[in-house]
Amino acid sequence: MASIATTSGPEPVFHLEEEHAHAEGSSTMLGFWLYLMSDCLIFAMLFAAYGVLGGNYAAGPAPKDLFDLDLVAVNTAMLLFSSITYGFAMLAMDKGRVAATQAWLAVTALFGLAFLSIELYEFSHMIHEGATPQRSAFLSSFFTLVGTHGLHVTFGLVWLVTLMTQVARFGLIEANRRRLMCLSMFWHFLDVVWIGVFTFVYLMGMLR
Amino acid sequence: MSAHEHAEGHDHAHGGAAHGSFRGYLIGFVLSVILTAIPFWLVMSGAIDDKQATAIVIMAFAVVQIVVHMVFFLHMNTASEGGWSMLALIFTLILVVIVLTGSLWVMYHLNANMMPGLHDMREMP
Repeated sequence: MASIATTSGPEPVFHLEEEHAHAEGSSTMLGFWLYLMSDCLIFAMLFAAYGVLGGNYAAGPAPKDLFDLDLVAVNTAMLLFSSITYGFAMLAMDKGRVAATQAWLAVTALFGLAFLSIELYEFSHMIHEGATPQRSAFLSSFFTLVGTHGLHVTFGLVWLVTLMTQVARFGLIEANRRRLMCLSMFWHFLDVVWIGVFTFVYLMGMLR
Repeated sequence: MSAHEHAEGHDHAHGGAAHGSFRGYLIGFVLSVILTAIPFWLVMSGAIDDKQATAIVIMAFAVVQIVVHMVFFLHMNTASEGGWSMLALIFTLILVVIVLTGSLWVMYHLNANMMPGLHDMREMP
């Protein structure tokens, strides 16, 4: 901390120099990345819990009786499509095209919504067959892991709609660009987690 | 002056982190589709008889696909944010590996040793 004395007046005047001049939002990306890493640890715990408990069926249904791989494949495709459409939205944003950005964001939201609908259909189907979270340790950990991912997608969708409203009102201003970049990282991160889910839970569940 | 340079350095790091290209996204997407389709096909068709081998192969595909997503969609590289995001990622990966292997290893042996009838407790060390 340095101070500069101005000696022109009769009494010395002190000015505190500012410690650091960070541009607004200059550290947002790193901070958001750190949040994603902490989120990654939450999922690691849930994956570990599923890995430990996933074989305890308590004489209840096993993955083979419950999972429909065709449905999971469609679900995976939905999330993958939403990832690339979000990428296109970011490219449109870089070029400053508001309408194209909004259109790609809307397509992303539709794919995200399709993913959630299929997942909720799958959950309700399982629960109708008596495979509720209370049935066995396998089902408890399954619903916790996949449900937490679904919850993330839900909040991502809420965030997406919020940002579309923001862009519609204020355009692609600097703050909105930063927010869209954060959501981009969040959205692609959820796709990365889903890779773990469909491999570890669904595909390996069918191999048990 | 140094503060200004500092801020510029940050901006530059942003540029490196956020700007993908159409080609990059397309390559990432095509690779992801291939890396997703093969494990699904392996499991659905049962192309490999040995289940353990299938499990190892699909896990390898998952790891490769995660790297593809990191590079082409999340634009991870050693330069973004002056290397701090890569450092955070490596730290997180170490923690994830410890959590996963530690839990599975400990709980597997716990289960194996708690199995009734398999062990005579007097023989335990």
